[in-house]
Formats: sequence, C-alpha cells, structure tokens
Amino acid sequence: MLKELTYVDALNEALREEMSRDERVFIIGEDIGIYWEGAFKVTKGLAKEFGTERVRDTPISEACIVGAAVGAAMTGMKPVAEIMFGDLLALAMDQIANQAAKIHYMFGGQLKVPVVVRSPFGVSRSIAAHHSQSLEAWFMHTPGLKVAVPSMAYDAKGLLKIAIRGDDPVMFFENKLCYTTKSMIPDEEYLIPFGKADVKREGNDVTVFATFWMVHQALKAADVLAKKGIEVEVIDPRTLVPLDKEAIIKSVKKTGRILIVEEDCKTCGVGAEIAAFVVEEAFDYLESPIKRIAEPDTPIPFSPVLENYVIPDDEAIVKGVEDLMEG
Amino acid sequence: MSAKISRTADIEKETLIQMYKKLLEIRRFEEKVWDLFGRNLVPGTLHLYLGEEAVAVGVCANLNVDDYITSTHRGHGHCIAKGADLNKTMAEILGKKTGYCKGKGGSMHVADATVGNLGATAIVGSAIPIAVGAGLSCQLRKTRQVVACFFGDGASNNGAFHEALNMAAVWRLPVVFVCENNFYAMGTRISNVTAIENIADRAQGYGMPGVVVDGNDAIVVYKAAKDAIEKARNGDGPTLIECKTYRHKGHSRFDPGKYRPPEEVEEWMRKDPILRLKNELIKEGVLTEEEAEDIDRQVTEAVEESARFAVESPYPEPEEALEDVYVKPR
Repeated sequence: MLKELTYVDALNEALREEMSRDERVFIIGEDIGIYWEGAFKVTKGLAKEFGTERVRDTPISEACIVGAAVGAAMTGMKPVAEIMFGDLLALAMDQIANQAAKIHYMFGGQLKVPVVVRSPFGVSRSIAAHHSQSLEAWFMHTPGLKVAVPSMAYDAKGLLKIAIRGDDPVMFFENKLCYTTKSMIPDEEYLIPFGKADVKREGNDVTVFATFWMVHQALKAADVLAKKGIEVEVIDPRTLVPLDKEAIIKSVKKTGRILIVEEDCKTCGVGAEIAAFVVEEAFDYLESPIKRIAEPDTPIPFSPVLENYVIPDDEAIVKGVEDLMEG
Repeated sequence: MSAKISRTADIEKETLIQMYKKLLEIRRFEEKVWDLFGRNLVPGTLHLYLGEEAVAVGVCANLNVDDYITSTHRGHGHCIAKGADLNKTMAEILGKKTGYCKGKGGSMHVADATVGNLGATAIVGSAIPIAVGAGLSCQLRKTRQVVACFFGDGASNNGAFHEALNMAAVWRLPVVFVCENNFYAMGTRISNVTAIENIADRAQGYGMPGVVVDGNDAIVVYKAAKDAIEKARNGDGPTLIECKTYRHKGHSRFDPGKYRPPEEVEEWMRKDPILRLKNELIKEGVLTEEEAEDIDRQVTEAVEESARFAVESPYPEPEEALEDVYVKPR
C-alpha cells in the first residue's frame, strides 16, 4: 500500500520508527518538545509519545547541542540533534568540523560518533540573510562527515532512517521549500543507502544535476523543454558524501552535456566540485562546455523582488539548457 | 592544645600509595618525553603536565574504570591517571603505529577507549560540551557512571564553557568540571583577561557548587573530587572544582616561559605536589623513605621501557593515512 505524505511527515515517520525500534535513539534541539514540536513540526507528537527525556528541549546553545550529541554518541547512544536553521550551524561548527568529523580518525578508530545533525537550508518567503542559506558545501569539504540532501519526501524518509542506523556522523540537510512537497510512500519499511543517486527523469539530450528545491525546478523545466523537443535527464545525488560519481559520469557519457543547478552561491559551491570531476573523468564525452546555474555571490536579501532575483528557478534552467543545446 | 588530626587518616593506605605512584609515573613520563623531544624523536609540539600532576591523580583516584574523562592538549597526565598503558601512550606521542591512535593523534590527541578516556582535544574548551553529552548518556542509560571534564583557566573564557555548564546544571548531569587554573593561557596571565579571582565563583551563576582547592595538594584534590563524584553518581548534579596549580615548564615545546616572574616560579616549585605528598606520607608513616625510592625505581623502569618500546616501534605505513576517516561498513 502507498500513502501520500509531505516531506515533513515523512521525516516525522522516520524518527518515530527509529525511536520505536532502538531505545538508544533520542532527539535534542531547540523547541522540538511538547510545546512547539519543532519550528517546522518535524518532531510533531514525538515528545508526547516518547517523553521529554528522549525528545529534549534545550537552551539556545547550538555548540552544546551538537557537542552533547557527539559526547552521547561516543558513549553508546544514537542522538539526533536538530539545529533549527542551517545558518545556525555556524555556531556549532567547532563541534561538527573539529570534533564529530575527526574523532574516529584522530583517535585511530577507537571511538565512533554515530550522530545525526538535522537542519534545514534554503530560502522560504523572505526570511533574509540569517535564515535562508544553503551551506552544504562547507560540510562536503570536511572529511569525516556524511552529507544527505534529500529533495523528495520518499528519499527523506529512507535516508534519515539509514543515517540514524549508521556508525558515522551524518549532516542531514533538509530544505524549507521541500517541506510541504509530497511523495507516495509505502507502508512497509524501506531504507535508502547513502551514495546512490536517483535519476528523477530520464532523457538523452542534457544532464541536469540538481539538489533540494532545484530538483523540483528542474523537473518543471524538463516538462517545458520536452514540449520543445529537448529531453532532459534530471539527476538527484540524494547524498553529497558519499557522492555517486558513477551515476553522474554515466549520464554525461550518454547526453554529452551537463547543467549543474544549485541553491547556493557559485564560488566554491557543490557545483564547482561536480564540474571539476566531470572534467577530470569525462572530458572527452562533453559536447559543450559545462554550465552552472547558482546564486550570485551575495548574502540572501530580504525583499521578495531581491530574493527572487538571486534564487535560480525553472525559467533559468530552461534557458540554461537551451544555451547548452546551442553551444 | 589538641593533637592535629591527620589529613590522610580517612583515606585507604593503598589509595595513598597508588596516588603517589601515579604522580611519579606522570612526572617521570613527562621528563622522559622532554628528553626524547630534545633528541628530536617527538614530532610536532608538546605541552607537558609537569607540576600539575596532583590534579589528574587526585580526581582520577576516585573514578571507576568505566567512568569517563575528557582531556586537553596538556593531556598526558589525564591519560596516565585514568589508567593508560605507558607504552601505547609514549608510542602515540612518537607517532608510531603501536600508539593508542595508530599515530594519527599524537601528543595533543590521545584517547583510550578501554578505560573511558574519551580523548584529548586541541581546541581549547571544545571537549566541555562533549563531557556534557557523555554525562547525558550516563543519565539516559541509568548506569551511575560519572564524567570528569578537565580543562584549563583559558577554556573558562570560551563560549563552550558557558553553554556546557548551564546545560549540565539544568539537567543535573553527572559531570565534574575540573578547571586546572595554572594562571596562564599560553603567555596571557589569567588576571589580565578575567575580572574575577576564582573561576569557581562562576559555578553559582549556573546553579551548581563551586570549590577552589590547592591543585598542588593531591590530598585536597582527592577529597574535593570524592565529594563531587559521589554527588554526581547519586544523581545530585555537577560541580565545578577549580584547582590552582602551575606548570613547571613553559606553555609548549620551545617556550621558556619568560613572562612569568622568577620569584613566582620559585614559589610554585617549592609547592611541588610530589615532594609534598611524599613528605606527608613518610611523616604519617604510610610510606618509608626506602619504599618511596622503590616506587621511584619501578616507575622509572616502566617509563624507560615505554620509551624503548616507542622508539623501537615501527611508524605506520604511509597509506594508513587514508584509513579510519569513516567507520568501515560491517
């Protein structure tokens, strides 16, 4: 049986199922408990069901939320830390980049840090420079972390469940505009392995690499382009670490063209890495130069007019693909 | 005039002797590390625990093997006091494959998972939240384990300290915060960067007890830690213990510590924690001069052996640099 669930409800189901399955799993974060149930309601109902010991409201102390999750993970627990907005990860960066990412390695494999840090990225209705960023490149650049970037409810559930069951620290990034999108989700349990990209739409003419909300925009653009006779292949990596390079290379070898779309500023973004390895590993198959669509190198502005200007959309993707076909 | 009551009367003789042995073990170990460093056998930098031995020993003498500690860049003493193997510790400091971390950590990153040493961090203050998490884990698992969190005076001015002490206090976690106040954060005197005299005074602001002790007196450290650890184990929450102490050497490898007035250094050298405990134990009849010398000989031999082991051990294969980034899938 299938049922339709939003991205938020799919995440909520994943948490509920893993908490029921393993009593070591607990959630720690700001306003996730009985009163607020999470800024985006991902933890709705969980404190009532599992108690406030296991769904634990914290002080506004991001460094200590992640640090405490790391310490608990090192000593036999399976914590899931929620950082309310991705921007606030900057406050916890020492615990993420210097501790979670390095403890297994620098102590020679003696200690494991099976922690999941969940946090949402992306714009959503003019919440401006401190609540809108997409910072996945920071974490992709930090060895020792795994990085999930689901675009769809179906992927979000299967990836979160496996992230919680794993042995490594996982940065589990969500996307605010994706939160209300829906997928058909099976009643029976399923898991999605890290490092396995998903072809969201098949096509022979151009590969479009996209994550998060940009996957939805790319699919919209693909419909428009199909009517013009251009068949786009949309590749969603689902996880950035590990990255399914094979799937990307395979698609580029088929289409000979790649457009990389990201909701992140262009310089040293995820797209820069994708472009670099495509050149390293599939240069001879490229029929036109690689094209990137990303935000300009600015903070995210407030006014809707300004915000819309910096965020890539389906129209930009249509134009980008047409440019590639002409090139 | 009443007779003075012995300070050691309520401590097991075996515990006192074991503490003296551990103090010496750290002392001789650090002297040996310094010697090997001088012979260019220790890569990188070095932060010696010389002079501060009574803090780690006094605290760890109260811990069970499954209790946890978190340590600092000046961490060799914590490691040994918690029960580390000298050979594996020395080998790690020399970057050898046989070290605790297979040569990936070095002097500033020794951990020993077998005795609850969750490792040393070289980011000042960064392990304090981790200790809180270990304490939360003990509380959630209802194991009656306790966490001792070592950090310096410098770390007490880092934001992580504030977040961590508040969280530990509000959740009444079984964590004992041990501030090793050696008066200098690198070359900066604590009084130049901190308006209060006692770091432990901050405890009140978090809603936990704060205690100031002479960190060069193993007996008072032991007793203060004993109270705090019992309290934590019984579910009565955290304590901040400030141990006033002093490093015999500079901050790190080539630092001669010129910023410290010579008379101050001399005064603290006279308060050497090892001489003080030795004299007291001999005076109290716990130990004879001969027994003390015997202990020193045994310890010195064990330390020499650790140096031999470390020097003779192989370095890791270069490609081992690529291992342990992630846990291998099972």
